[in-house]
Amino acid sequence: MITRDLKIGRRSFVIGSAAAGAGLALGLKIPFGAGVVRAQDGSPEINAWIVVRPDDTVVIRIARSEMGQGTLTGLAQMAAEELECDWSKVTTEYPTPGQSVARKRVWGNFSTGGSRGIRESNEYVRKGGASARVMLVQAAADGWKVPASECSAANSVITHKPTGRTTTYGKVAEAAAKLTPPADVPLKDPKEWKIIGKSVKRLDTIDKVTGAQVYGADLKLPGMLNATIKECPVFGGKVKSFEADKIKSMPGVRHVVKVGETAVAVVADTWWQAKTALDALPIAWDEGPNAKVTSASIAETLKSGLDADQAFVRTQVGDVKAAIAGAAKKVEAVYAYPFLNHAPMEPMNATAKYTADKCEVWVPTQNGEAAFAATLAASGLPAEKCEVYKINLGGGFGRRGAFHDYVTQAVLIAKQVPGTPVKLLWTREEDMVQGRYHPVMQAKLTGGLDASGNLVGLHLRLSGQSILAAVFPQNLQDGRDNATFQGLDPSGDFTLGYTVPNLLIDHAMRNTHVPPGFWRGVNINQNAIFLECFMDELAKAAGQDALEFRRKLMTKHPKHLAVLNAVADRAGWGKPAPQGVHRGLAHMMAFGSYVAACAEVSVTGDKVKVRRIVCATDPGHAVNPAQIERQIAGSFVYGLSAVFMEECTVKDGRIEQTNFNSFDSMRIAQMPKVESIIMPSGGFWGGVGEPTICVAAPAVLNAYFNATGKRIRTFPLKNHGIQMV
Amino acid sequence: MARLTINGKSSEVNVDPNTPLLWALREQVGLTGTKYGCGVALCGACTVHLDGRAVRSCVTPVSTAVGKQITTIEGLAANGVLHKVQKAWVDNEVPQCGYCQAGMIMAVAALLKDKPKPTDADIDGSITNICRCGTFQQVREAIHAAAKA
Repeated sequence: MITRDLKIGRRSFVIGSAAAGAGLALGLKIPFGAGVVRAQDGSPEINAWIVVRPDDTVVIRIARSEMGQGTLTGLAQMAAEELECDWSKVTTEYPTPGQSVARKRVWGNFSTGGSRGIRESNEYVRKGGASARVMLVQAAADGWKVPASECSAANSVITHKPTGRTTTYGKVAEAAAKLTPPADVPLKDPKEWKIIGKSVKRLDTIDKVTGAQVYGADLKLPGMLNATIKECPVFGGKVKSFEADKIKSMPGVRHVVKVGETAVAVVADTWWQAKTALDALPIAWDEGPNAKVTSASIAETLKSGLDADQAFVRTQVGDVKAAIAGAAKKVEAVYAYPFLNHAPMEPMNATAKYTADKCEVWVPTQNGEAAFAATLAASGLPAEKCEVYKINLGGGFGRRGAFHDYVTQAVLIAKQVPGTPVKLLWTREEDMVQGRYHPVMQAKLTGGLDASGNLVGLHLRLSGQSILAAVFPQNLQDGRDNATFQGLDPSGDFTLGYTVPNLLIDHAMRNTHVPPGFWRGVNINQNAIFLECFMDELAKAAGQDALEFRRKLMTKHPKHLAVLNAVADRAGWGKPAPQGVHRGLAHMMAFGSYVAACAEVSVTGDKVKVRRIVCATDPGHAVNPAQIERQIAGSFVYGLSAVFMEECTVKDGRIEQTNFNSFDSMRIAQMPKVESIIMPSGGFWGGVGEPTICVAAPAVLNAYFNATGKRIRTFPLKNHGIQMV
Repeated sequence: MARLTINGKSSEVNVDPNTPLLWALREQVGLTGTKYGCGVALCGACTVHLDGRAVRSCVTPVSTAVGKQITTIEGLAANGVLHKVQKAWVDNEVPQCGYCQAGMIMAVAALLKDKPKPTDADIDGSITNICRCGTFQQVREAIHAAAKA
């Protein structure tokens, strides 16, 4: 066998894996002419997804990132299902973006966001497993000189049915790796699934309870220095000057460097030394044109869009103006949703090593390829001289997907210290003020009811920030940001669950200098509050039960209705609640899944106790129900933390909140009991990590109204003196 | 320079005595299981034990820890056997991203030492760690499971 090292080189992997402990041991050789691709330990690659070791261990390659949502385990279930391997012998590894580029993106998309990790890659990952199974079975059949059709595979064992002879995957892997992959392989009918749909245990738990798991912030490389950074706190501002001499003699300080035009970093022996020195560094900022912006001025800008003539129309059915003008009753309400920081527990970080011949980056990222692109751009080196190694993430929630500003910074610092690896770790304070924030949005909703209380017209006007305009302007459609309408769409993964005879949904785009980002759930967070709270307002105006009022509008949306009915039934909607307990409903379709919630709250003065939330989700296929339950409960913590206690406000052009004292987060005492109804109806693949986040807040707000008669339309609730207990 | 007793072993750390214990553990001793989350004792990701009591190491100066028994997540298992809290965490599949879990586990281990059978109110009153993934439902179940073990 003649093999040669892949361009990216074996040595770099050895450095990476030795430094980072487990999880980076991937080394690949590609064949020189015909031959077998081998993993670093010499085991044959059956195909890009599957490596089988002689001891029958199966290594499944995972291109998407694991950031807590269970994606890694779910994708391994996909491949293992079709491979027919012994689940107890499955292990996983991340291919690197550099390898992916060198192999013509054989692993497809690395992006782990938009609840796409499993739903968008399930088919080709399953085919990877199926193709490998066919080759392993063929290799066994060849060895026995029998037709492959007489052989079957289960639990990593291949059996020749007529004679009962058996062999294992590990024994035939070498031969299988030499075979030509089948052109196409049929996939199993979901009814035959044995691993998909089972609550198998996550593959990545043990190291997380012993302290052994290495996150980006924990990385240590030989000779590494540590850095921390301050970027101009006013977005759009620059560094004017800094007095490096004042801190150069402080303990451990090695370098004080400007990073691009906007930031200053201290590089020191230890991070604590770097942080201590940076705190003492006098920096003057050129704050630029946004230094006077405040939350109030931003709110005024958004308010101007609520009645503006110009707006991007997403849905227009019938004649809304005429319908509302002719309605027996008109209902109007204005809502507003604030900026939010992602605040993952692990602050942003990246480690970079730069020489003129090579730039390597170690980074916790939701998108290895985007991190790779940032590395190329910042280093100025071509793809074959760059590599990115994905390290475990201490939370992502969207902050580590589309944005790799910390990678750019780390490379720009490393270029000023060539040959020395530098780990850049932000302080929590930097993380809070240099976010990519959940966009601000206001909404004016106007509804018309006829004399019988039927909704005859609805106008939902959004006014606020477009994420796409700031981040992916190429994805705008004639200037319109369709992502703004998530959950309100006429069709697709975010379909509105109501049929209204006269309907207008439009968006007056009002952008701000505060950079927006994709924040777990993205625009469904506010859209679900706007729509589902207003539906309760309409039902109240119509004198109708909130559930019955919705049901009349949902006859053409059976899957939406099914999840709503499921939570109503389980929670006992329509039946008396326990003394002092009040209920509220909400539902939505998002990221391809149908979700609904019924919340139960009790209110004592200004104190709100969310006692219980029943949640239903129909994600089409439920790959690992136990993990879906955890995503439901977890998404509720993220969503309810926001609606009760979180906002990022702007003063003098900068974000005011700098730590968890001013940007709080739920604790265990505030956790409601969450009951999950997982009701996959089959035939489609919906997301799991995000959809349910959006129904907790409106269900709780509707329950709060039912308890108090007070309708809250601006957030967070703490601004109204309301406390979550 | 200070001498610390960490997980039963004596270690010399070459830091200013005001340096937070967190950074001495992570950067001098190489014990990175203890995490930096906020730096101001709000989130609990840095929780370790000093003489068996849970403290937030990000605001505990090294000088305070001298002469005390320091236990970190790496020292919680004894003789290769997981602590009952770690075991309950595995059995109940508590961690999501896992970053806050070392601190959460250390806080819970200290709670169970004080109150072997904590009520939900005990848990609510003493476990104040932040988890942005939102694992609290599983945390509570695992605490009760550990208490029964």
